[in-house]
Amino acid sequence: MTLTNLPILSMLIWTPIIGGVWALIAGDRQEQTVKYFSLAVAVITFIFSVLLYQQFDNEFAGMQFIEEASWIAAFDIKYHIGVDGIGLPLILLTTFTTILVILSAWEVIESHISYYMCAFLILTGLMNGVFVALDAILFYVFWEAMLIPMFIIIGIWGGPNRVYATIKFFLYTFLGSVFMLVAFLYLYSVADSFSIEAMHAVPLSLTAQKLIFIAFFLAFAVKIPMWPVHTWLPDAHVEAPTGGSVILAAIMLKMGGYGFLRFSLPITPDASLYFDDVIIVLSLIAIVYIGFVALVQEDMKKLIAYSSISHMGFVTLGFFIPFIIVAKTGSTSGALMGIEGAMMQMISHGFISAAMFLCVGVMYDRLHSRMIKDYGGVVNSMPYFAAFMMLFAMANAGLPGTSGFVGEFLVILSSFKASFWIAFTAALTLILGAAYTLWMYKRVIFGDVSKAEVAELKDINSREGLILFMLAVVVLLFGIWPAPVFDVMHMTMEQLVEHVMQTKVP
Amino acid sequence: MNADLMIAIPEITLLALACLVLVVDAYSKDPLHLLSYWITQASLLITLGLVLYYFPEDASIAFHGSFISDAMSATLKAFICGISFIVFLYSHEYLKEHQCLKGEYFVLGLFAVLGMMIMASAYSLLSVYLGLELLSLSLYAMVAMQRTSSSASEAAMKYFVLGALASGMLLYGISMIYGLTGSLQLITIADVINVDSANRMYLVYGMIFLIIGIAFKLGAAPFHMWVPDVYQGAPTSVTLFISSAPKLAAFAMAMRILVDGLLPLLSDWQSILMILAVLSMAIGNIIAISQTNIKRMLAYSTIAHVGFLFLGFIAGTATGFAGSMFYIISYALMSIGAFGMIILLGRFGFEADMLDDFKGLSERSPWFAFIMLCFMFSMAGVPPFLGFWSKWFVLKELVASGFVVLAAVAVVFSIIGAYYYLRIIKLMYFDKPDSMTAIKASRQMRFVLSINGLAILVLGLIPNILMSLCLSALAG
Repeated sequence: MTLTNLPILSMLIWTPIIGGVWALIAGDRQEQTVKYFSLAVAVITFIFSVLLYQQFDNEFAGMQFIEEASWIAAFDIKYHIGVDGIGLPLILLTTFTTILVILSAWEVIESHISYYMCAFLILTGLMNGVFVALDAILFYVFWEAMLIPMFIIIGIWGGPNRVYATIKFFLYTFLGSVFMLVAFLYLYSVADSFSIEAMHAVPLSLTAQKLIFIAFFLAFAVKIPMWPVHTWLPDAHVEAPTGGSVILAAIMLKMGGYGFLRFSLPITPDASLYFDDVIIVLSLIAIVYIGFVALVQEDMKKLIAYSSISHMGFVTLGFFIPFIIVAKTGSTSGALMGIEGAMMQMISHGFISAAMFLCVGVMYDRLHSRMIKDYGGVVNSMPYFAAFMMLFAMANAGLPGTSGFVGEFLVILSSFKASFWIAFTAALTLILGAAYTLWMYKRVIFGDVSKAEVAELKDINSREGLILFMLAVVVLLFGIWPAPVFDVMHMTMEQLVEHVMQTKVP
Repeated sequence: MNADLMIAIPEITLLALACLVLVVDAYSKDPLHLLSYWITQASLLITLGLVLYYFPEDASIAFHGSFISDAMSATLKAFICGISFIVFLYSHEYLKEHQCLKGEYFVLGLFAVLGMMIMASAYSLLSVYLGLELLSLSLYAMVAMQRTSSSASEAAMKYFVLGALASGMLLYGISMIYGLTGSLQLITIADVINVDSANRMYLVYGMIFLIIGIAFKLGAAPFHMWVPDVYQGAPTSVTLFISSAPKLAAFAMAMRILVDGLLPLLSDWQSILMILAVLSMAIGNIIAISQTNIKRMLAYSTIAHVGFLFLGFIAGTATGFAGSMFYIISYALMSIGAFGMIILLGRFGFEADMLDDFKGLSERSPWFAFIMLCFMFSMAGVPPFLGFWSKWFVLKELVASGFVVLAAVAVVFSIIGAYYYLRIIKLMYFDKPDSMTAIKASRQMRFVLSINGLAILVLGLIPNILMSLCLSALAG
């Protein structure tokens, strides 16, 4: 274990941030240098995360690679970071996605390439910070600071309605988060520490738990996003540049899920039990209703955005179904399956939504339109692209053999232990998901070539091919062999479920 | 007597140097008033040095209990001098460029600083009033100094009339308190109230007038009417001054009167401040949204910030007051930066005080657009900037004292406030510039403004230093 001596988590946070600042200083004049440099930083960060994965002890449930230093001594706020089975897969997802995002910008972003690279690299560092922070205030700082680069990304490189979208995105998520801050401050007054682990341990009355749960819920439900606080997402996705959409869908949405696992469930288990029906109903509404909404979209990005909301419904369902299972059967095995399935769904959705947005990005770069009706018969001019997109569309619909299947299947399976009707409603997504994804695919890719521009489309170049190929490998790999993800998180999840099922009311 | 003079040595030095500037400037024929300017800056630095050199270990009282030198007063004085130094640097740039430089500006400015320092050290109601009037009268004159500008004259008139009214209120409150307790010394007043609270209702009656005076000087709603007009009408160099260091002095006044003098009436002034805080945050943040003039917008933003400042007082603990002190210091640092930015963009005949003047700044000057971005995100309270920690600090103390609902209300208003700060960033980064005129400013102005902006970021990354400073200033 040589790596335990290195501050590897700090390196994961600060390498991209410092790299980003350097890219900014280098400026737009040295365009090529900035691009290669940013790519190198992203790859190095990814290598760090792979090393972290390699050294990670799957048999240990608690935090690993802990670093602790005093930050604000006056209030005992620490720079306290560590990683467990929940954070690690998400870190790998983040660092992997950053490479794709940087590659996808290569020839596409024409103005201010150094700002662009800087924003994404800093964003990566901040996101890694969110997944490893063990001090609530440190977490909050990373969580909120993340909004700044995203605000800039959508605002500068976004579509025509970008200003509306980015301000809505910022204020919406800011509104959710500030209540989380108040909850942290309240927890501090009870636990006398900002350490997240101390907050897990502190006993709380049911009333306090309910209020804290609601505060957390506002923050995380907006981020995931859950119906009915999802309306910022379609706007942000449609207006964001491809890279921004990819990061939003692949990672930012996962922060909400991460928040539920790290804060809501362990800090307020009794309130989670109390509110589980509400969350499950909201999740089912997201899965079914938003599925229908996705069906009628005419803008491809909007369609994928709605499909993201629908897929994230599975995540919240999987997180809260265990309460019903345990109440009904008294065993935690089915409960564990639900939570692990939801986590798998987060990882898999990260890859698939990134792939879908990149596919739309590839077409958008050529025709500058995202409307389904402007395409048709793309397969004739872009056969390789059509093949890749076929795979991702299938994965989005949850076809067995792709990673999209694993998570959804596990969540539905565990829902059966809770209630037939919950499982039945959730399973509707298999039909709806196939309907909206494949119908879009059919209208865009197949059919007659109705427009001259479509006939002249060039197939993907090697850069785009590489991006899509990397994603295809991951999607298939985790579809056939998801064990690595489960191995990493199993011990942590087991401990989490055990913790959550115990009451904290004194 | 000698010991008394030693305690007040920074004030005495500043007074002497201000008189020196007065004399030197009278004989100066230099249109740029460079000599007066340098003596002014030097006197601020000398005073700062003296404050730090004689930094009091314990509180010591002088002049028959009407003057105190303690950690809080010394810390505030140091910041008042430091911030005024930056203010004069920015103002000199502005006055030079707009060709309205007068030597009196520096003299009046130094007397205002002296007034603030007396307010920071005042330990009886009379010396509070003395310091306040010295400060206010200098400021009225500074606002009116551009004689040809009708808006400045209007602003000065408004400021003077309303300010005189507020001073009257304050005096009336002082006389009430004096009548009931038989003393003007804050410490005696506190003792008398502690021993005999039979006259509580009358005391509260007098206290309300004192609070009105404080609220007026800080610009808290519903006593905020003068703020937008004065901020907009006054020359930017004066607005810059009014919005920064005097706020520290007003904070000191509130601390002295409410905490040193009237702490036994805590529960009474807590509920009054609660109303003022919520009103200020609501009025400030909501009305700021519809402004098109950035000076006016920042005026409303000040009102909102004052609401937040009160939250620390409402918490009612020493750490809560430290939170307020942290808040007002960080606010002053952000405010001089934001107004400094307006000065930087302006040039002769062009004020750069409309929001649209910030359009496309990222194209014109990426660096200063970034600096302004720091100020705006900081004012909005987004981490990792300093402004986040100031909000965090007062909210934390508020929650610790059990005012969770008030904290929730405050954060909602801070969301509303975030909108108009974001709008400036939107103008700078997402819009195209109307003209590509290069920014014309001296090297020192650019340098100091850059440091100012980076300080907001760096102090936000390591807020520990400033926090410990405020905590230790109020530990006694």
